[in-house]
Amino acid sequence: MPTVTVDKAGLYEALGQEYTTDEFDELCFEFGIELDEDTTLTERPIVNGKQEPPQLKIEIPANRYDMLCHEGISLMLNIFRGKASVPNWRVVAPPDGEIHQITVHPEVQKIRPYVSGAVLRNIKFTQERYDSFIALQDKLHQNLCRQRTLVSMGTHDLDTIKGPFTYEALPPERIVFKPLNQSVVMNGHELMQFYENDKNLGRYLHIIRDSPVYPVIYDSNRTVCSLPPIINSHHSRITLDTRNVFIEVTATDKTKVEIVTSILVAMFSVYCEEQFTVEPVKIISPHNHESREVPNLSPRSTTAEVCYINECCGLNLTPDEICNLLTKMAYAAKPSASDPDLLDIEVPVTRADVLHQCDIMEDLAIAYGYNSLPRTFPGKSGTVARPLPINKLSDIVREESAMAGWTEVMPLILCSHDENFAWLNRKDDGNTAVKLANPKTAEYQVVRTSLLPGILKTIRENRKHALPLKVFECSDVAFKDETAERKSRNERHFAAAWCGKTSGFEVVHGLLDRLMLMLSQGFTEAGKLEKEVGYWIEETHEEMYFPGRAANIWIRSKDGKESVIGSFGILHPTVLEKFELPYPVSALEFNLEVFL
Amino acid sequence: MSGIPTQILEALASASSLPLLSSEAFPNIEPLNVRSALDSLSSREMVVYDTIEREEAELTDEGEGIVKEGSHEAKVYDAVCKSIEGLKISELAKVVGAASAKVGQGKAFKEGWIKKDGDRLVKSVPAIKDVTRDNLNIIKSTHAHPNATVLADLKKRKLVVTVKRISFKINKGPKFATQVIKEETDLTADMLYSGEWKTKSFKPYNFKALGAPAITGALHPLMKVRHEFRQIFFEMGFEEMPTNRFVESGFWNFDTLFVPQQHPARDLQDTFYISDPPLADRPRDDATGEPLTEYWDNVREVHENGKYGSLGYRYPWKEEESLRLVLRTHTTAISANMLHKLAKNPVAAKYFSIDRVFRNETVDATHLAEFHQVEGVIADYSLTLGDLIGFMQTFFAKMGVHDLRFKPAYNPYTEPSMEIFGYHSGLGKWVEIGNSGMFRPEMLEAMGLPKGMRVHGWGLSLERPTMIRYGVSNIRELLGHKVDLGFVKTNAAVRF
Repeated sequence: MPTVTVDKAGLYEALGQEYTTDEFDELCFEFGIELDEDTTLTERPIVNGKQEPPQLKIEIPANRYDMLCHEGISLMLNIFRGKASVPNWRVVAPPDGEIHQITVHPEVQKIRPYVSGAVLRNIKFTQERYDSFIALQDKLHQNLCRQRTLVSMGTHDLDTIKGPFTYEALPPERIVFKPLNQSVVMNGHELMQFYENDKNLGRYLHIIRDSPVYPVIYDSNRTVCSLPPIINSHHSRITLDTRNVFIEVTATDKTKVEIVTSILVAMFSVYCEEQFTVEPVKIISPHNHESREVPNLSPRSTTAEVCYINECCGLNLTPDEICNLLTKMAYAAKPSASDPDLLDIEVPVTRADVLHQCDIMEDLAIAYGYNSLPRTFPGKSGTVARPLPINKLSDIVREESAMAGWTEVMPLILCSHDENFAWLNRKDDGNTAVKLANPKTAEYQVVRTSLLPGILKTIRENRKHALPLKVFECSDVAFKDETAERKSRNERHFAAAWCGKTSGFEVVHGLLDRLMLMLSQGFTEAGKLEKEVGYWIEETHEEMYFPGRAANIWIRSKDGKESVIGSFGILHPTVLEKFELPYPVSALEFNLEVFL
Repeated sequence: MSGIPTQILEALASASSLPLLSSEAFPNIEPLNVRSALDSLSSREMVVYDTIEREEAELTDEGEGIVKEGSHEAKVYDAVCKSIEGLKISELAKVVGAASAKVGQGKAFKEGWIKKDGDRLVKSVPAIKDVTRDNLNIIKSTHAHPNATVLADLKKRKLVVTVKRISFKINKGPKFATQVIKEETDLTADMLYSGEWKTKSFKPYNFKALGAPAITGALHPLMKVRHEFRQIFFEMGFEEMPTNRFVESGFWNFDTLFVPQQHPARDLQDTFYISDPPLADRPRDDATGEPLTEYWDNVREVHENGKYGSLGYRYPWKEEESLRLVLRTHTTAISANMLHKLAKNPVAAKYFSIDRVFRNETVDATHLAEFHQVEGVIADYSLTLGDLIGFMQTFFAKMGVHDLRFKPAYNPYTEPSMEIFGYHSGLGKWVEIGNSGMFRPEMLEAMGLPKGMRVHGWGLSLERPTMIRYGVSNIRELLGHKVDLGFVKTNAAVRF
C-alpha cells in the first residue's frame, strides 16, 4: 500500500475542520484508508532554520490512485462527508481553437507504443502545489505505472515549446538534448552512462537501454521534450512561474495510459483559472488505429442492480436510499427509468478501479458503514466437517512420537542446495529437487526433498542443551514430477534424529518399531511370511550413513507390493562435520503416504 | 549417623540451660560441619536452631608477635633503656631487628618516650605502658574491643583483622531424643510386605521443592495453536483442503484469482519463481486429465476483455506468464482449485486450511520467507456481507476475541474486502487480526459457479496469534531451525 505524506494543517484546512489524531484516525478507518502516523509529537527535522510542519502519513489502498495526493484525499473525504460534490471535469478547446497534436511514428511500436496527453491552461503553482504535482507523478510512477515500465509521464512548460509534437523512436545516438537539471547536452548513449549510478533514475534505465531505438517526444522545432520513461529535457522544464502545462504520457499498456492521464489532470485542473477544465490533445496514430482525442473526462455510465446490492449487503434499501449513499462515494446515481431494479450510475473518471457492480456494491457498504451492517450468521446450509486424511495420519504419528519422548521441531521448507544434497553425501541427479529462480539469499535455493537438513540444523542450533536430543518432524517435502500439471508434487515425510554421546542407533530403530506398531504394521523378516502385510529392514549402503549401521525400511502392502519407504542409520561423520555436529547422530526418515 | 549429631543431642540433653550456643559448646568443630549435622537433625524435627552471624576480631601474625614480645616501640624503648650510654641510631636495627626498628623508632618518638642525643637515642621518660600490647591482649581473649577507634587503628596497622563467625543457637525440637532414629524417605514394596510401614518413622517431605522433572516429548507451540484453529473449524463444519502442494502455476496462484499479470504481488521482489522445472502445463481436470479449456479461456477473457458484467483489466494476457511456476504465495491458490471443482456440483460448502506459504521477503523480526496461512472459505447461495461479519464474530469469539470491527480494504480477488480488527485487552488497543471478503464475480463466474452463489473468504497468519499467545516478539524464535528446544518443551498447552 502506498503511503502519502500530507501537510496536516493544509489537509484540515481543506477539510474545513480540525481533528484530533483519534478523530481523524476514525474517519480514515470508516473510509478505508489508514492513518499511519501523525508527526505532530515527533522530532521533526529542521530545514533551512525552519522546523518541518506536522505531517500526516496516510496509507492508501492500492486501487485508489485518485487519492495519492493531498488534493485527492481531501476531495474524496469531503465528498464522503457530504461537504463537496464531484467536480465537473471537462475538456475545453484551447483559446486559439487550435487543438494540440501528437503524431505517433510507427517505429515506437518496437519500444513503447502508446501515448496520451493533455494541457492544463492558466494554472497557478505555489511551492506546495508544485511539490504535490511532482509527488503525485512519483507515486503514480511507483504504483499504477509499475516503476515506469507500464506508463510514464512528462510535464512541460507549454510556452517554451511549440506544437504540433511528434512521438518517435530513434537510435540513441541521434537523440541529443540537455536532460532536466543538467548543464551538458548528451545523446542517448551518453545519457545511459551518465545516469548509470544515479540512485533515482538508474533503476529505470533497463526499460529501454538495450533497445536499438529509444522513444522520444519532439516539438515542431525538433526540440527534445522528453526521453520517456527516463527523463524530460531541461529546456521545457516547469517552474513555479509556468502557467500552461503540456503533459505527455507514454506507455506499453493502452488502458493504463488513459487512466494515468485522467488522474493527473483531474487532480491538478483544480488549480486552473477555470477550475476542472483541461485542453485536449489529438493523437494521430493511424498505424495501430489509436488515433483519438484525449483525455476523455466524462464519467462512465453503467448500471447496478438494486436487489444485488441489497442481497450482498444484507440490507433492504430503496433505490433512492442507495443513490443517496452512493453520492458519498463520488457516484452520480439515479433509479433507471426503464427497470425498477436498475440504477443508472455515472462513475467519475478518477475511479478506473470500478470494473463491476460488485465494486459499486462495496462502496455502498462503505457509505452505509461496514460496522453498521446488520450482523447475521450464515445458517442456511449444513456442512460436514472433515480433516484431510494425510493430516489426520500425520497427527497420529506426531502424537505417538511426542508420547514416546521426542520433541517436535519446525524448520523451514526452503534450504540451500548443499544442505539438501552434498552435505548429506547425496548427489543431485537434476530430476529431484524443485529449484528457485530468484531467492534473495543462498539459504533458499531449493525446496527440500528431505526433512533431515532442517532437523540437523535445529540440532546444531541447540547444542547447548543437555544430551541426548531427540527431535522429530512430520511435514511435506517436494519433488519434481513431469507427469503433474505443476511439474512437482509434495510428499508427507516423517523424520526423527537422536544426538547424544553414543550413536542412539537402537533408540531410533525403537521409534520406528513403535510407530509401525501404532500404524498396525507387524514386524516381519525379509522373505518370510510372504502373504503378510508388514515391514522389515535390510542393510543399506547409502553414503549418508556410517557403513554397516544403516537400513532401508521395507513395506509389504495389502496388494503384496513391496517397496522401500525410507531408511535409518548412524549418520556418516562427514555429514556430521558439514552440519557442525560434534556428537554422533542417528536419523530416521520415511514416506508416510503409503499408510494412507 | 554418628559423631557430631550425637554430640549435639547429648549436649542438649545434659545442658543446664538452653539454648545452647555452638561456639561455646563445640568450639573445636567447624561451623560448616555443625550446620550439616543440625540440618539433618532439624529435618527430623529433633532440634530447632537459629543461625547467628557476627564479626570477630582476630590477631594477625604480627599482632600475635606483639602479644608475645611487646610492641615495636616498647622494644625500641627497652633497647634504649638497656644501653647506659644511649644507643647509637645505627646500632638500633641490630638490637631490635629491622622491622621493629623502622616502625618502633618513629612511634617511640611520637609517644615522647625517647629523644635524640647526637647520634644516640636516650630515654626521655622513666617508664612506659605498652598500650598496644595491652589492647591486643584484650582482643586475643574476647575477639573484640570496647573502643571502636582503637580497633580501627589496630586494623589499619594490620595487627588485627575482622572475620565473620557463624554460630548456632540450638534448642530441642518436638521429636527430641538422644538417639538418632533412622527415618524412612519412601514407602517401599518391602515395607508393605513386611508390615514395617506400621512402625517406621517417615521423614517429612519437602513441600517447598519441585518434583522430579518429567522425561517427556513435546509438540511444537505453532502446531498446538494450529490444533486449536482446526478444532474451531471442525466445530463449525469445515472440511480441510488438500494444501499439500507447494508449487503452483501463475494460473492457479494469481490468474484464477483475478490478479492481473502486472500486479506488484507477482514481482520477483515478492514471489519465489521456480527455475527448474521450467513451466507448468495448462490446467486440467485432476480426476480425468481433461484440459480445462473453457475455464482457461474464461480466465483469459475476463482479464483481457472483461466478462460477467466486468470491464476486465484490458491488457494482453500472456500464456507464458500464466504457466510460470511459483512457490504458492497463499493457500488461496488451493481454495480456487476447490471452488473450481465445486462448480461441477455447486452446493453449500465450507473449506479451511492451515499450511505453509512462501514470500520472497527480506527476513527480519516479523518477516520470514515462510509462514503459515490460516484460511477459511464459505460458499453458499445468497450469502451477505452481514453473514461474513456475523460469522467472523462467532469464529473469533471462539479464540477469545469478542470485540470486532471492520475496515474497508483492497484486495484484487475480494470485493468487498474487509480488514478485521479485534480489541486486544492486554495491549489496550485494536489490532489487525485478519483479512476477509467476498470473492469477486470475475473469479467465481469464470469457474462456472452460478451467479447466485457467493463465496466468503478470510485469512490470517498462524504465527501472529501464536506470538501474542506466547509473548514472542521475534518470529525466528518460533519457526525455523533457530527455535530453542527448551522453548518448545516448556510452553503451556493452548486453550482459546
